[in-house]
Amino acid sequence: MLEIKNLHVKLEEEDKQILKGVDLTVEAGKVHAIMGPNGSGKSTLSYVLSGRDGYTVTDGAATLGGADLLDMDPEERAAAGLFLAFQYPVEIPGVGNMTFLRTALNAQRKARGEEEISAGDFLKLIRAKAKDLQIDADMLKRPVNVGFSGGEKKRNEILQMALLEPKMCILDETDSGLDVDAMKLVSEGVNALRDEGRGFLVITHYQRLLDHIRPDVVHIMSDGRIVKTGGPELALEVEKNGYADILEEVA
Amino acid sequence: MALAQAKLDLTETRLAELPPPSAEAVWATEARAAAVARVRAMGLPTRRDEYWKFTDPATLTQAAAPRAAVFEAEGETPLYTDIDRLKLVFVDGVFDPEQSDDLALEGVEIEHLSDALNKDIHWARDLFGVLEARGQDPVDRPLAALNTGFATDGIVIRATAKVEKPISFVYLHRADTSDATMHHLVRVESGAEVTVLENGPAAARFNKCMEIDVADGGAFHHVRAQGRDHERRAVTHMFARLGAGSAYKSFSLTANGAMTRNEHVIELTGDDAIAHVAGAAMGDGANAPFHHDDTVFVTHDAQRCESRQVFKKVLRNGAEGVFQGKILVKPDAQKTDGYQISQALLLDEDSSFQAKPELEIYADDVQCSHGSTTGAIDETALYYLRSRGVPESEATDLLVLAFLAEAIDEIEDPRLQDDIRSRLDQWLSRRRRG
Repeated sequence: MLEIKNLHVKLEEEDKQILKGVDLTVEAGKVHAIMGPNGSGKSTLSYVLSGRDGYTVTDGAATLGGADLLDMDPEERAAAGLFLAFQYPVEIPGVGNMTFLRTALNAQRKARGEEEISAGDFLKLIRAKAKDLQIDADMLKRPVNVGFSGGEKKRNEILQMALLEPKMCILDETDSGLDVDAMKLVSEGVNALRDEGRGFLVITHYQRLLDHIRPDVVHIMSDGRIVKTGGPELALEVEKNGYADILEEVA
Repeated sequence: MALAQAKLDLTETRLAELPPPSAEAVWATEARAAAVARVRAMGLPTRRDEYWKFTDPATLTQAAAPRAAVFEAEGETPLYTDIDRLKLVFVDGVFDPEQSDDLALEGVEIEHLSDALNKDIHWARDLFGVLEARGQDPVDRPLAALNTGFATDGIVIRATAKVEKPISFVYLHRADTSDATMHHLVRVESGAEVTVLENGPAAARFNKCMEIDVADGGAFHHVRAQGRDHERRAVTHMFARLGAGSAYKSFSLTANGAMTRNEHVIELTGDDAIAHVAGAAMGDGANAPFHHDDTVFVTHDAQRCESRQVFKKVLRNGAEGVFQGKILVKPDAQKTDGYQISQALLLDEDSSFQAKPELEIYADDVQCSHGSTTGAIDETALYYLRSRGVPESEATDLLVLAFLAEAIDEIEDPRLQDDIRSRLDQWLSRRRRG
């Protein structure tokens, strides 16, 4: 599904190398987790994959279902099936959440050569999806993420994911800013989307989220590289001993 | 002070080209003559005048109207189509009875300006040129005086009740070099309410003046969409005087136009009156120049009045925007609440926005604020939208609409608000398709 090979990335503005050769393959139907200390390059990896400005790829490749991701505009990556749930969902005053969701869905359908969804069908669809995530009508009417609590913003991200049905989902610290109940709700939303055809890359600092979203594979990232890969037990090890031991061991 | 020779020449050349109005009642003839005398005393504006520092009035003052091609918007339904209204159509500034409804509407007296000016006794006598003349102090507005002196058509409205149907002026542009001068009068009697809609470019060059006198407890609503002909030029003045507890609410939408100068001159003369003026302008300098100037002068001369100015401009490909807004609070206008915001969204580095916000306050117990910002598109928001699959051009348009929303929200009637919003949406999507 998602294949990253020897990915080297530096900041556009300053000569600073952030990713120093990332190798990672996420298969369809699998959940991979990336853990790692602050500044290890986890969020940069998610931004580079989704096409955010400000980064230069100096070496390596990233493909989604065989297609070269790095060559595409952000909207093309989305249409190809990539979805990033943001660590900090963006507030867009003046754009209604409903308008935003419908525009996004129709844009992707159009890009894939499918018919646009009618207003009535969309309303039915979004109401059903919103209900599962306990998103009320008011949240759908308000401007995108404006005045949303931390938990509401994250639920809104998962709603978009549920609506757009991407092939490859990247969750960037989706647990940050969530209380226990909200984390459970968000995780249930994610788990409901797990299926054979879909891959997940879950970026997190903490084991806690992985209690709810059980990963198949756990990677430890440090200083721009994947330094260790293992099963779910690796996350437990981090929780118990911190990163220091693992990093020492691979150094 | 004697006028500079160049200004004198400019003024006399222009006056010499204008046909004198036909015979009218004595009071009207005197009002016209007084207006022409005002023009001569002030002289027509030039770029050297402080009030025209950011907008070059040359094409508005030259003798002949510069050519402007007629814009054909194929497949577009005209604005306000679904709204039950009294429709009055003007072609190149001349009333067209064929396309217009009868001049009859419950709750109003409505007549042609020419008919009113021909009557020896008419309420218009207390309004025609009166608010325009008051509006000449402290800043000269010679193009408005010129309008009073030579306007050839217009409508006079006296509302005596809450008028259900809006009165809709439709200004069609048919001739490449048409030069239209129109003058409307609106008198809203105590407790009455009326809505005036305006739509269209009117002519290659358009000078329009509207004087609005709102008595105690009356309300005047105004929604305007200026035509999209790329080369058209317009100078408009709205002079309003507001009695106690009355309201004046005006919104203007402008897309395209080589030259637009929209002035509002509002006097709050009765306690507890409110005046809201808003504007959304969208300019693209790619095919023709775009210059849009909103100039507002609000005078608070009574207690507990509220005024709001909300102006938004989206500019691209070398488009130019100007805002000059002033709130003057006189010594006795205690408890004044004045607000002013002007913002420009520049979609590239070639476009420009000049803002001159002014507060002049002589009362000591007032609340006045003003702000002006110029910015580029929010890159983070743009990336967020694109990451969800929305193409860049469509995402930009979503953000453009969001930016203009605050001004459009000022329209009180939800039907009119929807009409304006869907129109903008349509223009943007047509533009995307090329």
